[in-house]
Amino acid sequence: MNRLIIRGGRLFDPSTGTDGIHNLYVMGGRIASFKPADRDTTEINPGPGVEVIDARGLLVTPGLIDVHTHLREPGFEYKETIRTGTLSAAAGGFTSILCMANTAPVNDNESVTRYILEKAKEEGAVNVFPVGALSVGQKGERLADMRELKRAGCVAVSDDGMPVVNGGLMRKALEYSSVCGMPVISHSEDTALSGSGVMNEGAVSTRLGLKGIPNAAEESMIARDISLAELTGGRLHIAHVSARGSVELIRMARGKGLKVTAEAAPHHLTLTDEAVGRYNTNAKMNPPLRTVADVEALRAGLRDGAIDCAATDHAPQSIIEKDVEFERAANGIVGLETAFSLVYGLVADGLLPLNAAISALTINPARAMGLDRGTLKVGSVADIAIIDVNRDWTVDPLKLKSKSKNTPFTGMTLKGVIVKTIVGGRTVFSAD
Amino acid sequence: MRFKSKDLLGIEDLDSQDIELVLSTAGSLREVSEREIKKVPTLRGRTIINLFYEPSTRTRTSFEIAAKRMSADAVNISVSASSAVKGETIKDTAKNLEAMKPDCIVVRHSASGVPHMLADYLKCSVVNAGDGAHEHPSQALLDMFTVKEKKGTIKGLKLAIIGDIGHSRVARSNIYGFTKLGAEVVVAGPPTMMPPGIERLGCRATFSMEDAIADADVIMMLRIQLERQKESFFPTIREYSMLYGLDEAKLKMAKKDVLILHPGPLNRGVEISPAVADGPYSMILDQVTNGVAVRMAIFYLLLGAAKE
Repeated sequence: MNRLIIRGGRLFDPSTGTDGIHNLYVMGGRIASFKPADRDTTEINPGPGVEVIDARGLLVTPGLIDVHTHLREPGFEYKETIRTGTLSAAAGGFTSILCMANTAPVNDNESVTRYILEKAKEEGAVNVFPVGALSVGQKGERLADMRELKRAGCVAVSDDGMPVVNGGLMRKALEYSSVCGMPVISHSEDTALSGSGVMNEGAVSTRLGLKGIPNAAEESMIARDISLAELTGGRLHIAHVSARGSVELIRMARGKGLKVTAEAAPHHLTLTDEAVGRYNTNAKMNPPLRTVADVEALRAGLRDGAIDCAATDHAPQSIIEKDVEFERAANGIVGLETAFSLVYGLVADGLLPLNAAISALTINPARAMGLDRGTLKVGSVADIAIIDVNRDWTVDPLKLKSKSKNTPFTGMTLKGVIVKTIVGGRTVFSAD
Repeated sequence: MRFKSKDLLGIEDLDSQDIELVLSTAGSLREVSEREIKKVPTLRGRTIINLFYEPSTRTRTSFEIAAKRMSADAVNISVSASSAVKGETIKDTAKNLEAMKPDCIVVRHSASGVPHMLADYLKCSVVNAGDGAHEHPSQALLDMFTVKEKKGTIKGLKLAIIGDIGHSRVARSNIYGFTKLGAEVVVAGPPTMMPPGIERLGCRATFSMEDAIADADVIMMLRIQLERQKESFFPTIREYSMLYGLDEAKLKMAKKDVLILHPGPLNRGVEISPAVADGPYSMILDQVTNGVAVRMAIFYLLLGAAKE
């Protein structure tokens, strides 16, 4: 049986409360044991079938989990494929990703789910967990066959990208999904309020002469979704929270004990609408980059647990979608390869405890989506990230593994380099 | 002297010296239009493309005449933005035009920021003839020229801009321009048409037209898009006109020698009463005349003047 030994790293696992220099033993793709390095007397005999990784000076965490990616396959392979998207994930330290249903065809039935899972098995570098559509064709009219989607391998349902405007349908989705054992992921947006807005509504949109999207477009819909979660007892996960009022609403809901979880994207935690600069379409996404007050509220939410997940909303777009007028440009940025460094940057700046950061990228998303991942406890699947948090790197879009290069972080120097990504005991990414 | 930048994209990017340079150059070029032979050879052999993605009669004609009076070859291209070929990026369009070796592209587009994209892609000069709700620098320059000509100076004047501030590129460019030359600018309009943070451009904002025009030296009325009523920006045209239309009664609140500006085209009886539009304080036709001189100056400063 193959063995992997990761020696001398700082093992940091919020799920088991482990933080210290440990040797980690992996056997047959699962965690066999971990022992404090200074008291570990195990004799290591390198040989065939035994791999030893020297992790001294490095951080060893459960493999990161991203509950919000767009892999674009099937249908938009010119933007990203399951192959390139999972390679991008691996390069970012992610070992498990959830892919959204807005492909072509939409993932609203088992044949599409099975196609994604088979492709992922053949070509994928990391674990892929599909998110099924909430409604047929994501049209917001009638529920997709959730039980069938679950049986085929979906772990959640969502019409992400197409907000569920109809409150009656959202209610039924929350009710019905609970018997299927899947959370509903909500892209909460009142499209009548966001209208034809293309960036955050505020002084910057006024200066640039661009139509704005007010915070209320998100907040009012989150308020509705929380009310429905209370009414139905359903499992609600709120995607890409961007506005400060949303954080307050979610904090209140969690305080009441509702089954509500929420994610914030690294870009919303680090950038403001000023990043739009001179009409930079790589700073255009939905929800949009907001203001300093919103960024601070999101960080506070991540600190106190109101926001429990960091998720990328990795949304590859080609130049056909981005090299056009700002108002016509497609939303979204690639995020898998910058996510850890952006979140870790908050830790390095003293704005976020390491425990909150790693929890938001490992055990919390696993729990939110009911995945048996995000932990290094003995017996669990050996999904591991090894990270040099003392090394910096500069973002060069051309060096990203993703097929698309739409990042607003070009040229920025970030802290934290992914050294190795291990999925089921097998190394799927090694830094050069 | 020549412009520091190869492009004229917005008044936000200019300082007061740049603005004064355009105004004084326009002052000396204006007499060309009074001659029997209305032409100087300054820009002979230069090619200027007027690339208009939005319908425009006044501005496009003004740029075209300005180019021709400077002896440049002017080519007009009208493209409907909605019918722009899908899949062709702005960069593609720009590169295709550049391959024909123009010296300057004058661009109007319904999307804010398009002139800036072109300017980044192209080596030739780009002049913004109005981009979305962002800027309309040549309009603001001709407005400043008109006011300066009548008042002698802009410093210390009070300018009131009335109407749909949110959708107005004319308002934004004039707020920058007039404040840079030392005027006080107050904007007024209904709350639905007042964009957040407009004060950060340097003006004061109020919902009361009376507050804005009290003791004003200059009143600039903006054209109201009548279709905004369908989007409930205001209940009815009648109510809009009552609250934010300029008639002779409201006019009395301004200074005695007030100047009335309007970028055109007018909605007579909506934002401006016919009596005021045609009255003694109206500068509306002077603005059009001066527009040609200001645009000649813009071409001269971008293409003709010797580099320092």
